Amino acid sequence: MIRKAVRFLDQRTGDAPLLRKALRYLFPDHWSFLLGEVALYAFITLVATGTYLALFYSDSTKDVTYHGPYAPLRGQHMTEAYHSVLDISTSVRAGLLIRQTHHWAADVFVAAILLHLLRVFFTGAYRKPRELTYLLGLGMLMISLLEGYLGYSLADDLLSGMGLAIGYAVALSIPIVGANLAELIWNGPFPGTDAFFSRMYIAHVFLFPALIAALLAAHLGLVALKHHTQFRSEPRQTQRKIVGVPMFPGQTPRSLGLLLVTAGVLFLLGGLVQINPIWLWGPYHTYLSTNGAQPDWYLGWLIGALRLVPSFDLTIGGYTLVPNPFWGGALFPLIVFGFLALWPLAERRWITHDYGYHNLLDRPRDAPLRTAIGLGMFTWVSMIFVAGGLDRVTVMFDVDYVTMIWVFRVAIWVVPVIVGLIAHRVCIELQHGEESERMRKRAEHRAKALAETTDVI
Amino acid sequence: MSRARDLLVSTAVLLFGRGRPRLPERERIIPEKPGRPGWELVAVSLLGLGALAAIAFPLVYGLAKHIPHETQFLGLSLGLSFVLIGAALVVTGRHLIVTEEIEEDYPAEEHPEEQETLVQVVEESGDRLTRKRLFLLSLGGAGAALGVALLTPVVSLGPVFRVGPLLGTPWRRGRRLVDEDDRPWRASDIEEGTFYTAFPEGADKEDLGSSVVLVRLPKDRFQLPAQLARYPADGIVAYSKICTHAGCAISLYRTPMFEPTDPKPALVCPCHYSTFDPADGGSVLFGPAGRKLPMLPLSIDSSGGLRAAGNFDGPVGPSWWGVRLWKANPPS
Ligand code: FES
Repeated sequence: MIRKAVRFLDQRTGDAPLLRKALRYLFPDHWSFLLGEVALYAFITLVATGTYLALFYSDSTKDVTYHGPYAPLRGQHMTEAYHSVLDISTSVRAGLLIRQTHHWAADVFVAAILLHLLRVFFTGAYRKPRELTYLLGLGMLMISLLEGYLGYSLADDLLSGMGLAIGYAVALSIPIVGANLAELIWNGPFPGTDAFFSRMYIAHVFLFPALIAALLAAHLGLVALKHHTQFRSEPRQTQRKIVGVPMFPGQTPRSLGLLLVTAGVLFLLGGLVQINPIWLWGPYHTYLSTNGAQPDWYLGWLIGALRLVPSFDLTIGGYTLVPNPFWGGALFPLIVFGFLALWPLAERRWITHDYGYHNLLDRPRDAPLRTAIGLGMFTWVSMIFVAGGLDRVTVMFDVDYVTMIWVFRVAIWVVPVIVGLIAHRVCIELQHGEESERMRKRAEHRAKALAETTDVI
Repeated sequence: MSRARDLLVSTAVLLFGRGRPRLPERERIIPEKPGRPGWELVAVSLLGLGALAAIAFPLVYGLAKHIPHETQFLGLSLGLSFVLIGAALVVTGRHLIVTEEIEEDYPAEEHPEEQETLVQVVEESGDRLTRKRLFLLSLGGAGAALGVALLTPVVSLGPVFRVGPLLGTPWRRGRRLVDEDDRPWRASDIEEGTFYTAFPEGADKEDLGSSVVLVRLPKDRFQLPAQLARYPADGIVAYSKICTHAGCAISLYRTPMFEPTDPKPALVCPCHYSTFDPADGGSVLFGPAGRKLPMLPLSIDSSGGLRAAGNFDGPVGPSWWGVRLWKANPPS
């Protein structure tokens, strides 16, 4: 049976050697290597659940009156888009399960990418020859954020609309071309026309997913061509020799298992843990907003930045060069992604002067400066993220909001520096500790050897 | 009779037989390790449970009308079946399959000879061209021109060069203020301590230039600059409801979310907590907004209804490059 199938394949493709190689492709065994895999599996779940949702969703902004099963909204005017998402949530059997699973999968997808990025950054996995793999990954992260934002916006509930208004303002705020660009995207002033929703829809279900899929293919292709990096846990692992479990039979059941477990956990979340109950928010109108609504977690850093920036637009005479939302909504993410994209170049150029080829990973302590700068940057972004939720702190603990904002406006510049300095110190200490441990061992060794030789004498 | 017995026996062998040990014909690739019947049992039971959970899904789906919490049970059955079958596979991978740790060489860092060949092929490919530079330039130029041509339809997406509408509003002198259901607001409807939303009669309510908030302030509170002194009517002031920061609707009026250091009434935007002072013409008290809130002049007609006495004193909505040019050229 098996022999027959293999012969069939080989005769038709002539690629038995390639297949054999693929089957025996090696995966180094370390838990942190699974993060990227989880992201991939969340993506698969997203495509599957998203396709199902698209069978019911309508992108029309035509005004309709609600007569559905959810009593509190009966008689209200809303767009057909919002109506269709309500129907998915209330009338389509299993619709709510799929919608909530889709939403959870998006949150987990971005979280897994972020953790994967942290792993890659702090172990120096992006170094030569894997810079392209890293950049492709960053690209996917950026598109994923936009993709998630679009999905959140398509529901056209009150929170969607508020998010879109802010997105519009950020687009408007781009120096010199902002207004023209926003007019182009929204087909006129906010809230735009019917065409705008068609554009979001095609971007969300086709353009961006296709782009992610293409980048993903390139990303995985490059990984396979250059093989995985590995930690040095025993002397067997070197720059030239990779040690790992082969794709088949060792890795296949584990990876398939992880795929199923990831999907399963997402379905459990989708069924058991409510997320974005859009029927509670109601339809969006430009003159409505609500308090205390939190966007998806991966947009929290931008909310935080928008909230922390003090009141000013940069003007030259009557010309507004930089409107305020630009700082937090566009410049800030640009700086973060710019830093991440240029870091491999900057590190080799100014810090390590290391143009070598790397298959072995660093531990964070092995590169104190990278760890320090990376942690400082991470602290900076995290604090700004927290600043996006300070209003919750006010509600829960009754701390004055304005005071907290002022504290954060200062602290986000001080704390990251302190964290960076401490991290650097700790790395050096750890290195010294290891060094003296090694010396002690060597001395012991020598003493023992000496004792043995003297014994003989 | 014997046929049935044969069938029974063969089924039993199929299910419970351990398989015939194959004769080692040639050297093994995957090292031999002893079997693990215990783990096999674990994997098989996980698969069984997973199948049960999977079967539960269509059942719950079919009975959805009759059971409460259908979404929870649907998620539970589908999710559990995935997790259980996944767990069975993980058990298989970890315990039932030989985990070899193999060494292998990393692929070569580079292939200098192949590189040379590639370079040579590309270089020699253009040998027949006598004016290479001219040719390449034409090729690039034609490509660029074609690119521009293909990008042109993008302009149709929106009124890219018409930014004027960003500044326009439907407010005119004499326009009546109405509520969400188009009922006119009367000055006597407006009480202190809360805020109301109003729209220009007959205009599109979704237009960013449309909605305004109305509040009534005690007369001794006002600190309006001279040019806005005549904007209130009978202690009532109207401001654009669209935050000048990023376009959210201002929907908080001195709520506990924002406790002013002095007990001034304030209009607050819930998106990033820009806070505006309704007593002095809408200046920014706190938060990221870069411009004051535009104020709408009011008047009261003979029957007590609220009307606009003109357009706003400034541009509405979030800032963009031309937003401050409004002053030089206010829309009529
Ligand atoms: S939109 Fe109002 S504060 Fe940002």
